[in-house]
Formats: sequence, C-alpha cells, structure tokens
Amino acid sequence: MRKAISIALTPDVALGDYVIVHVGHAIGTLDAEEAAATLALFAELAASGAAAGGGVA
Amino acid sequence: MAAKRGYVRPLDLKRGRVDMNHGAGGRAAMQLIDEVFVRAFDNEFLRQGNDGASLPVPPELLQGGRLVMACDGHVVSPLFFAGGDLGCLAVHGTVNDVAMLGARPLWLAASFILEEGFALADLKRLVDSMAAAAREAGVAVVTGDTKVVEQGKGDGCFIATTGVGVVARGVDVGGANARPGDVLLLSGPIGEHGVAVLSTRESLEFETEVRSDTAALHGLVATMLAAAPAGAVHVLRDPTRGGLGTTLNEIARQSGVGMLIEEATIPVQPQVEAACELLGLDVLYIANEGKLVAAVAPEAGAAVLAAMRAHPCGAQAAQIGRVVADEHRFVQMDTRFGGRRIVDWLSGEPLPRIC
Amino acid sequence: MKYVDEFRDGTLARGLAARIAAEVQPGHRYQFMEFCGGHTHAISRYGIAELLPPAVRMIHGPGCPVCVLPIGRIDQAIGVALDRGAIVCTYGDTMRVPASRSLSLTQAKAQGGDIRMVYSAADALKVARAQPGREVVFFAIGFETTTPPTALVIRQAAQERLANFSVLCCHVLTPSAITYILESPEVRRYGAVPIDGFVGPAHVSIVIGSRPYEHFAAVYRKPVVIAGFEPLDVMQAVLMLVRQVNEGRAEAENQFLRAVTREGNLAAQRVVQQVFEVRECFEWRGLGEVPFSALKIRSEYAGFDAERRFGLVYAPVPDHKQCECGAILRGVKRPTDCKLFGNVCTPENPVGSCMVSSEGACAAHYAYGRFRDAREGREAA
Repeated sequence: MRKAISIALTPDVALGDYVIVHVGHAIGTLDAEEAAATLALFAELAASGAAAGGGVA
Repeated sequence: MAAKRGYVRPLDLKRGRVDMNHGAGGRAAMQLIDEVFVRAFDNEFLRQGNDGASLPVPPELLQGGRLVMACDGHVVSPLFFAGGDLGCLAVHGTVNDVAMLGARPLWLAASFILEEGFALADLKRLVDSMAAAAREAGVAVVTGDTKVVEQGKGDGCFIATTGVGVVARGVDVGGANARPGDVLLLSGPIGEHGVAVLSTRESLEFETEVRSDTAALHGLVATMLAAAPAGAVHVLRDPTRGGLGTTLNEIARQSGVGMLIEEATIPVQPQVEAACELLGLDVLYIANEGKLVAAVAPEAGAAVLAAMRAHPCGAQAAQIGRVVADEHRFVQMDTRFGGRRIVDWLSGEPLPRIC
Repeated sequence: MKYVDEFRDGTLARGLAARIAAEVQPGHRYQFMEFCGGHTHAISRYGIAELLPPAVRMIHGPGCPVCVLPIGRIDQAIGVALDRGAIVCTYGDTMRVPASRSLSLTQAKAQGGDIRMVYSAADALKVARAQPGREVVFFAIGFETTTPPTALVIRQAAQERLANFSVLCCHVLTPSAITYILESPEVRRYGAVPIDGFVGPAHVSIVIGSRPYEHFAAVYRKPVVIAGFEPLDVMQAVLMLVRQVNEGRAEAENQFLRAVTREGNLAAQRVVQQVFEVRECFEWRGLGEVPFSALKIRSEYAGFDAERRFGLVYAPVPDHKQCECGAILRGVKRPTDCKLFGNVCTPENPVGSCMVSSEGACAAHYAYGRFRDAREGREAA
C-alpha cells in the first residue's frame, strides 16, 4: 500500500531508503547494516538462552 | 395536435436529483418508486403495488420450524467503495443477520431516507446493486418505503432493511449457546471491509488494493449446518462493527464463558496488516462484512471446518481457538510473539494512535 | 513486512526470555521504568510481561502525552471551540480525555463544537486553507517526536501568511520527565527511587539522540538503555539493563542502533529551535508543576500562538481525590492499587489520565492485563 508522507525532517533521504514514520512525517532513516547486526545479535542471544536451558518461569 | 394521453416524462436518471416532491406521496413519488425501485427489484409482490406484501407460509414453518426477523440501518460513508456500495452492503448485512440464526433468508423490506439533492444516477446505481445482490442471494425485496429529508439533514442516502427468514425445526443457533470445549472457527481473513472504507476517507488518504469483503453468507451457513450433526453448531455471528474482538466478547458475555484464541491462526491479508500498522489500528477491531465466526461442538469441528473450506466464502477458514470456562468472561489471546494478553471490548471508536 | 516481522519473531523471543532468566541473579528484584507510549503499548500488546522472569518488573512511566495533558489545557481547547467558534483539530486519543463539566472533546463536538480529528499537523493546515473565514486551532500535544511536525506547520503558515491558523502548544520534554521522577517526593522520603533503570523512548530518541541520557546515567547513577519499539527490541533492552545492574554499571546504552544516533535528527532539532522555546513552568497531569518541561511558541511566531491570539488563561483543575494517576505515573503505585480502577474508572468512563489513552498504564492494564489479576487472585486464595 502507498501513502504520501512528508520528508521535510529527513532531507537527505534517498529513493529506496527505509524510514520510520510518525504522524505523517519521516523522522529518521533505518540503517540497514545496523538492523542486520541487531537481528544477528538477537539470534545469538536467543540461541545461547535456549542452550542455557532456561524456560520462562 | 392533442398531447398523447397518459404520457409521463420519464425521470432524468442521468442528471436528475431527488427533490422534496419525491417524498410527498404524490405522482412524483410514485414515479420514483416505479422507475427506480420496482423496475430494479421486480417481483410479484412489488408488482401488486400495495403498501405491504402478503406472503406465503414457507414449508419449514409448516414442519415445526420458526420465523426469524432481523433489522439493520446502513449509514456508511462513502456510499461507493472498493468492492461494494451501500446497496449491496444493505442486502448482505441483513441476509447475514438472518443467516446467523441458522435461518434461510426469504424476504427483505427496504426503507430509503434520501437527502434532497441526491443524484438520481447514484440512487439508481445503489438500487441496481441492491437488486443484483438480492437476486444472487435468492431473496426478494418485497416491500419498501421512501422518504425525502431537506438538504443538510441526511448523508445522501440512508437505507434500513428488515429481513425475514425461516429456521428449520431442531436448529438452535444463538449467542448464548457457546460451551467450554467448543472450537472457534473463522471463515476467512479479517479487516478487509474496514480498511477498504477507511482508505477513502480524505484525512487518511492512502492507496491500497484492499477491497471490501461484503458478501451473503447464508449459503456457507447452510453448508456448515449440513456438515454437522444436529445441534453441533452452537453459535454463528458475523463480526461487523467492532470487529472480531468485539464479537468474541459479545458471545463470551452472552454465553457466560471465556475464550482462548491464537493470534498466529487468525488469517489477515498482508495489505490489511500493512494498513493497520501504518495507521496504528488493531485489526481485531476492524469491521468485516463477509465473514463469520462459529462456536462448534469439538467433535464436529473438523467436519464443519472442511465444509467451510470447500465453500467459496470460506476458502481460508481456520480454527482460531477454543471456548473455555471463565467466570470473568475474558477473551484471552496467545500472541504470535509468545506472550498472552486479553482482547478486550472496543472502547469508543477505533482511533489511530499517535505515539 | 520487512524490518518489522523479524523484530517480532516468537522463537527469538523465547530464546531471549531464557537468556534473561539465566542472567537474573537469584534473590534479586529488578524494576525498570519505560516512559514511551510505544513501549507501554508493545509490552501490553505482545504480552511481554508473561515472557520476563517474575524477578523483573516493568513499570509504566509518564510516556503517554495524552495522559500527562492536564484538564485545564483540554478546557482551553474546548473553550476555543464552544465559546469562540474556532475549528479545533487534534490527534485521536486527545478527543477522549474527560475535562471539566464532564466534557471531553468528543462530547463537546456532540454539543456543537467544530472539533476534528487529524492524523497529522499538516491536515490542520489544510483545514485552515480551506476555511479562510473561520479560525482554525491545532491542539498540539506530544513529546519530542510530534514537536518537529508542529514546528513545520507553524513555519509553513508563516510563509503563506495564513491569517486564520494558530497552535495551542502543549508539547512536553522527555528529559524533564525523567528528572522529575528521579527527584520525586518518594526519593526525599525514602532516599531512593524504587527504579533500577530506564528503558529510553524509541521515537523520541530518534529525534533527540542518545546524548541527553548520558547526563542521567552519570548524575543519578541509573542505567538507561534506549530501545526500539518492536517487542524483541524491548526484550534485548531489558537484558542489557539486567547486565548493567548485575555489573554495577550506570551507563546510557543504545539498543536502537538502526535508527538512533548520538546526535539525533539535527534537521528536526533545528526546526524546533527556530519556532519554540522552553517554558519556565508547565503543569503535568498527575505530576504537578514541572520546571523547564514544556515548550511555547517564540514571539517571532506570536501570530500563530493560540494562547496569545485568544487571550487564553490557564486555570489548573485538580484531579479526583482518589485518583492515583500521579503515583502511578511516577512508578510508585500500580493501577490495581487505585480504588477507582476498574469500577468507577474504566476505559468507557475514564476518571484519570492513565485510563484515557491505550498507552496509559491503567488503560493498558485494563485492556490487556486484567486476566493476570484474576489469576493472581485465584492463586493467592
């Protein structure tokens, strides 16, 4: 789906970038590398957690 | 040359507008009724030209069945939206209300409140759509009424429909019949109608391919009842205003039970999810006009679900949870994420969140 | 949905929950406060409390701008609509807050006030352009995330020399809220804040950056972890806080690296600086007067300041005597500690601010978490 939003607050944004939208404005861009790093970290933590045999109380 | 006797200039259905004469009960009103309503709905009852319809006794009634009656007001704005319009919505809505009691819908009555200035072309479009929906559903619009209100006192067109149907002997479907252990079945993806209508609201302008799911469900209901042993289908309800969340709470309250549903099993189209995400809306509370939820005795669950999936209106049917014993009548949901929350009643109108 | 679904993965959630459970030190309790409406909502909606070990308790702080909006300000907005005939535009949740004379903006609308819900500040500007003969007032609330869009419309209105548009500015500042909590009466009375660390807001931090939080960590010796608004982000932030507490550290860490930088969004900060300045004092519902905690419109843009334009005077209105919103917003009481919760005060009939918005602690608990009270009640019996 498509919606028109303002990029007045993210003037350096480029076509294809992912942005975070709030009340009709893009307020920041998403750093794809950092996103990937965060997801990798989740996976690592989750795996080590599962290995620790911890069930949720 | 003498003017041809009995000549009445036909309504200008392309450019004409409803005016106060059309509601005054005189010739202009008769003309509107004849050229727009009777012509579109066209059945033996309307052709009699009376103010009411004299109807035959349906066979189920003679065999110990019961009469069912339901009534709905339709005030949706805009009148025309992707996938439907006020006209077919009115037919589907009332046919479905009747069907949710396990009944076969037979006849509809339709009352039109028209605003002075409403375009006749739009009226014809709505009425034709209604007529097509009624024919497709196998019901007749047997009587009706038209009134005109002054400009500014109506949103173009309001339609109120009453439906009459008949339920066969031994069929007892109702909101108070859910029992702990019943399986909860949903006929298909949710949120389509609400999102389709919202996307046309000026202030929320967004482009989407989502179309309203408005549809008549009595065929699906008949299939479900036939697939189950007598009395196994306990509750049927269509989650219209207030969405699935509200409907489940209504049933829980009426039946004095709780529910446990699984978010991962609830079908939602990706486009609908995206729209809700962007607008900060919870899809559980968005209106549906072509879906039903059922509470079915557990031993009949698999058979009823299979029957639903074999029907065009239930191709994506799914089991979404179970009825449980709960004095608090909570509808609880296991989230996709792994936690649990309750799905409460909707408070006020679903407003987009800001934070 | 890319960059959304991956951050809501249930399998990863279970693993993270196990990780947190493994690192929580036996016999220790951890209490963390989040004050971002988005976090309150995420925790409730995804049932995160169920996944965290019982030793970890999440406290909802004053991160809901609707909840901290005082009755007196809503009265001003209603007054401008009913008594001065202006068209008042505001965000959705604001419409439900009950103010004086038992009126909310929704009810004032039913009484004839021209009050309209808008999705963005720009929509209010559109209304002003479309109705040159009427006064249009944008009732602007929110923390640092919604402030830049308001600044943009004021600047735009000035450029277009609109003669009928003004803003009733109730924007508030996050760092001030944190300071207030850290210096609350409970601290003076007990010498300690019953909070072990903070989960920093997501959207706000995108705008203000991570730098402002370094001060709290240093001065008040409390760990802060800025978290994204997806449920996995929140859980990772909790893990990072648990680690800080265990290791005796008090730093400002950033979990939301994919969107938050140290400096924040400078373009947004600049436009806010241009249009707004800090008020010396502003009343927060439930917290009382908080110094340097809110913004007002600079005199260069006085023509667009609704307070000046309509000569509005602020009259504080006290909350219901038994309403515990203040204590709940400061994290020292729970919704269920309030006598009014669930009987007199419900989402349909909210008495206090915490019940109004779905991100308010009481509303969130009522809508998503009441089943836990029932369960705990049964277990205690």
